[in-house]
Amino acid sequence: MTETKIPIIQIRNVSKRFGKVTAVDNVSLDIRAGEFFVLLGPSGCGKTTLLRMIAGFELPTEGQILIDGQDMSLVPPNKRPVNMVFQSYAVFPHMNVTDNVGYGLRIAGVSKGEIRDRVAEALQLVKLGGFEDRMPDQMSGGQRQRVALARSLVMRPKVLLLDEPLSALDAKLRAQMQFELADLQDKVGITFVTVTHDQDEALSMASRVAVINKGEVAQLAPPSDLYEYPANRFVADFVGSVNIFEGTLTLDEPDKAAVDCPGLGKVYLNHGVTGPHGANVWIALRPEKIYLHVPGEGKAVRAAAQDAPDGHNLARGTIKGMSYLGDVTLYDIQLEGGQIIRVSRPNLSRHDQDDFTWEDKVSMHWRADSPVVLLS
Amino acid sequence: MSGPMQDWKSQKKPFAAVATAPVFWIALFFIAPMTIVWLYSFGQNAGPAEIDISGTLDNYKRATEWLYLSIFLKSLAVAALTTLICLIIGFPVAMAITFAAPKWRPWLLLGVMLPFWTNLLIRTYALMALMGTNGYMNKGLGGLWDGASWLRTLVGMQPLDAWTPVQLLYNNFAVVLGLVYVHLPFMVLPLYSALDRLDKNLIEASLDLGAGHFKTFMQVVVPLAAPGIVAGVMITLIPALGAYLTPDLMGGTDSQMIANVIERQFKRANDWPFGAALSFLLIYAMFILIALQSMRSNKVREAR
Repeated sequence: MTETKIPIIQIRNVSKRFGKVTAVDNVSLDIRAGEFFVLLGPSGCGKTTLLRMIAGFELPTEGQILIDGQDMSLVPPNKRPVNMVFQSYAVFPHMNVTDNVGYGLRIAGVSKGEIRDRVAEALQLVKLGGFEDRMPDQMSGGQRQRVALARSLVMRPKVLLLDEPLSALDAKLRAQMQFELADLQDKVGITFVTVTHDQDEALSMASRVAVINKGEVAQLAPPSDLYEYPANRFVADFVGSVNIFEGTLTLDEPDKAAVDCPGLGKVYLNHGVTGPHGANVWIALRPEKIYLHVPGEGKAVRAAAQDAPDGHNLARGTIKGMSYLGDVTLYDIQLEGGQIIRVSRPNLSRHDQDDFTWEDKVSMHWRADSPVVLLS
Repeated sequence: MSGPMQDWKSQKKPFAAVATAPVFWIALFFIAPMTIVWLYSFGQNAGPAEIDISGTLDNYKRATEWLYLSIFLKSLAVAALTTLICLIIGFPVAMAITFAAPKWRPWLLLGVMLPFWTNLLIRTYALMALMGTNGYMNKGLGGLWDGASWLRTLVGMQPLDAWTPVQLLYNNFAVVLGLVYVHLPFMVLPLYSALDRLDKNLIEASLDLGAGHFKTFMQVVVPLAAPGIVAGVMITLIPALGAYLTPDLMGGTDSQMIANVIERQFKRANDWPFGAALSFLLIYAMFILIALQSMRSNKVREAR
């Protein structure tokens, strides 16, 4: 994957309007060859419309889409070097598995022998060997999806488009398919572009994620950057769970910054932010990056928070809610200012969940590199 | 679907209460008269208003004579042609309704069904008014002809001869056209219901896999609309085969169909036994058609 190559898909200033509704608003992004690219966003954000424009089922109102350097404006879907796996799978109900998978090759006029070999190979790839003569209504949802995958992969497209590929599967199967899809992508080396509203799916499979909000790209980054360095409140909130506090930037130097949050307290960061002094900003703090302390451990708290000046990165509150999830326990803690902050605490030993209970007064601290300052 | 209320075996009394009236109705007004006519077909005229049911097969023998068999086959051909034309016109219409914007669909369906609200006789006479030698079609064509003639004189050419009206009515063409006009909605509605159920993603999937619109139509749309096509064909073919009014009003002397012959036996010829035999021959043919269709759909179901 070299970045000097031409991107396999270039989306240039693409907008799509349906009547007065703008589904996609001036989106520009490049998708690199061999990448597992995910379009992530809430339902109705325009991500599926974007995918359908790449496939050719919708035409952009403005802008252009290039696939492998070629403008696709006048190229109908059946002439594009991409294939799509539909959310409903769209497996032909009147054909058996072999005929479904071989459909595209038959249309293309490939010889019978080659069709047989390539269909067998594709079925092997999606682990459907032995299902050749099955009709779709004799198969489970997961199996039908594999048929749809094989039917697209057998065409050896430059790009495989997947519309919410895992949404119709149950939780266990979904987790398994996440790994299988990533593995498959690795094996065939085809560029995958997936649409999903599920952040776990995006984080676990993608090499890069474009978060879409109201038809615009909110952030384009690898999964870990998205989580650790969200660009704005929407991304911070949509990807994972987060505590957001409004505040004023009181200090901003190259190696440190401070934000005064009325709801939380004084927040210190060990890096600079590029915001104007006195600006209105937001602090995003992930629940797992906050440490809980047993009441009365004041000294220990201050010692733990010593990477920040005295009185920074500390908070006190009362536990108002708890939910034990097995691996972690979530606490909803009412701060002294009245706002609720969520803290997650790993259950490192079997009795950790007994350390705190409802109405306990607790102290919290976080490290100087944990908070993220958001300007929008 | 098989809750306690659906299982008639365990709920005999309510089932009987619901079923008695329709069973009685069908027995009294359908099965009884049909049985009487069926018995007539094995009888002979014993007087002007008296039929002797003797068990003779003479009526059937006469009904299968070439004179009547040819009319029967011709009726079948006319009905088949009508059905084919309805299918060719109806399929695009049904597709257009399916793919129309949701807010337009009920209005388009209403447009298809609207003719049902008018009496068949009135509709047929309206069509005749349109197609007569002095009808609006001929007037329109005549107008165009005169216009062309006038244009010729403008550029200094000889004017055309006077317009001679085209004979549109009282021939086989008129019968087929009339039958198509009457039966088109019967074809469009089952086709629409089949196409409406078709997952539009299947069409997109076919396009996505490289098939053009024609191949997608032939390989995906037609096979999946097959139940609708079969239903549409049956529901058009059977009434068209027994059509009476249209060939009677719009047909010429050579375009009578089997129903017109049957009518003549019951009325002018006063040969009820022979008319009954002809009628039942038609009914047997329809039974065979329906049996073939249900055998076919059973085979399709088994193949799945």
